[in-house]
Amino acid sequence: MKKKIAGIAGGFLLALCGAVSAEPVKIGMVTTLSTKAGYLGEDIRDGFKLAIEQGAGKLGGVPVELMVDDDGRKPGKGKQIADRYMKRDKVKIMTGIVFSNVAMAVVPKVVRSDVVYISPNAGPSALAGKGCHENYFNVAWQNDNLSEAAAKHVAENGFKNVYMLAPNYPAGKDAISGFKRFYKGKIAGEVYTKLGQSDYAGELAVLRAAKPDAVLFFLPGGMGINFIKQYAQAGLNTQIPLFGPAFSFDERLLKAVGDAAVGVVNGSQWTHDLDNDANKAFVASFKKAYGRTPTLYASQGFDAANLIGSALKAVNGDLSDLAAFRNAVRKAEFDSVRGAFKFGHNQHPVQDLYVREVVKTADGKTTNRTLNKVSENHVDAYASQCKM
Amino acid sequence: MLLFIEQILNGLQLGIMLFLMSAGLTLIFGIMRIINLAHGSFYMIGAYVAATVASYTGSFLLGLLAALPAAALSGMLVELIVFRKLYNRDHLDQVLATFGLILFFNELTRIIWGRQPLFMDVPSWLSHTVELIPGIPYPSYRLAIIFVGIMVALLLYLLFTRTRLGMQIRAGAANREMIAALGVNIKLLNTLVFGLGTLLAGLAGIMAGPILAVEAGMGESILILTFVVIVIGGIGSIKGAMIAAILVGLVDTLGGFLLPSLLRLFLPAATADGAGMSLASMSVYILMAVILIWKPRGLFPVQG
Repeated sequence: MKKKIAGIAGGFLLALCGAVSAEPVKIGMVTTLSTKAGYLGEDIRDGFKLAIEQGAGKLGGVPVELMVDDDGRKPGKGKQIADRYMKRDKVKIMTGIVFSNVAMAVVPKVVRSDVVYISPNAGPSALAGKGCHENYFNVAWQNDNLSEAAAKHVAENGFKNVYMLAPNYPAGKDAISGFKRFYKGKIAGEVYTKLGQSDYAGELAVLRAAKPDAVLFFLPGGMGINFIKQYAQAGLNTQIPLFGPAFSFDERLLKAVGDAAVGVVNGSQWTHDLDNDANKAFVASFKKAYGRTPTLYASQGFDAANLIGSALKAVNGDLSDLAAFRNAVRKAEFDSVRGAFKFGHNQHPVQDLYVREVVKTADGKTTNRTLNKVSENHVDAYASQCKM
Repeated sequence: MLLFIEQILNGLQLGIMLFLMSAGLTLIFGIMRIINLAHGSFYMIGAYVAATVASYTGSFLLGLLAALPAAALSGMLVELIVFRKLYNRDHLDQVLATFGLILFFNELTRIIWGRQPLFMDVPSWLSHTVELIPGIPYPSYRLAIIFVGIMVALLLYLLFTRTRLGMQIRAGAANREMIAALGVNIKLLNTLVFGLGTLLAGLAGIMAGPILAVEAGMGESILILTFVVIVIGGIGSIKGAMIAAILVGLVDTLGGFLLPSLLRLFLPAATADGAGMSLASMSVYILMAVILIWKPRGLFPVQG
């Protein structure tokens, strides 16, 4: 009798083990799907999902289960979601955060709790330098990078009196320090707006009075939509040229602002017209799946998924040895849609940066066109502070 | 100096928006003695309907024409269904019920329009700048807001001082039992006033649409300032609402402009802007506190 029970229990246990190993790997995505910047998270999620769909529910041949929740751009909410993923769902891989203030609240705690976090967007300087961690990877960029590309273009094109504007949160401060790192001329003004601000009438009046010869600004998502529209309504777009990182000139934003952004030059690590096979395939299948041109956010979500896939493949879906998984991520053996891709020692990308121009196409739409490469194998400025 | 004048125009424009919101709220509070926290929801309804119709038809005016009745009718409907049951309850019940309405309307817009905000375009005939004062090219759309607000204020003035309806409304604000006793249909009057109030809130929402973004919860951000306005102006007084709205608009805008520049003299830019913004938002409440110490019933208290 005893034997029988033991046998049944043993069999049950075996069955249970079998069930566990066949279960898909859970990936927790904390992202921003509401507020004026909700489309950023939507594109990251859609890019990520596209990679899973292309693998028929698998990444790197390993079945995965993607869980998505909306942080509403609130650090507290992001923390709650991350806690739930860790405690209830026992997630070992997390990704998705759009905003650096949310990232600063969530990432340090998560990576200390033996979870690998792969950032598809937010890259605050604090996590690239002294706060770097072996469980933290950024597959997109360090925040400053795209601003550096834009500022380099502004400096090289002889602008001498530049006005700078960004929201008052970690990524906004990173953007301004990125501008200043490559533009060393006179600064006509340096203004920090409220995060999520809608009306820029006051700032535009001050800007006009400062009489700069160019404006470098960083306002992601809906903030950028409102700013660019109001800039044009104030008649400033024909007088003072705008420059900035690609965050204020993504494809969905351009659709919303119409002609107001035509001619603007902006810095990016990726554009839908980049000439490589992985990118062509990605852009075509994204358009087919969602009926719109992918933004850089979508490309980052797609890259994040494929990076995770490459590492899952290397460890055969087994996350019990986190160090092995980490090493596999570090190798970055996947075809990035931006071409060559590798991680620096602080686990942030070492990549080429481009400037691109907003142009009007034959059918009256506005889109980005890559102009030229401004930096090759660009390493972020904080890498040297990372002791790892 | 030119910059200062431009900021005054910006303050005036914010003040006008606040006036449209608070005129309705102060009427509803003044006559029905009801605290309507859901007033911002009608602002949101106006903006959503206008944005939707404008994007389908391509015409801002059609959006305006559809959204105004939508805001007024939904206001009257809510008055019939919900508020009639609340008139004789105490303020706590009213606050709870109207707070529930906020949640209901926010969720409803999320169900109908999704979580993504809508972005409205300024009509093309108002997308340029006008140099009203030499040296200050000012967006014509914002001038139009100021103009519409002043027209509405004039119309309200005429309605209240020159028409029988206006007289009844004023009488209702002063003593509702008495005018009911005099044979005025106070129930109908309540519904009409409520509709007028939500119509004005809807108008404010429509005009804010192209400047802000149309999203669930947009009403709450303006609602708090609206309450400050009606408290400063004296609850129930349209004249008070007008003057307090302009005052609050100017203090908020000029504070946001002057305080950060002042703090920049001795603080780094990011800290100065952050602290300046917070101080500027506080300045409105400080203004309210000072006025309430000086005149506890607001600037233009309604006798009653």
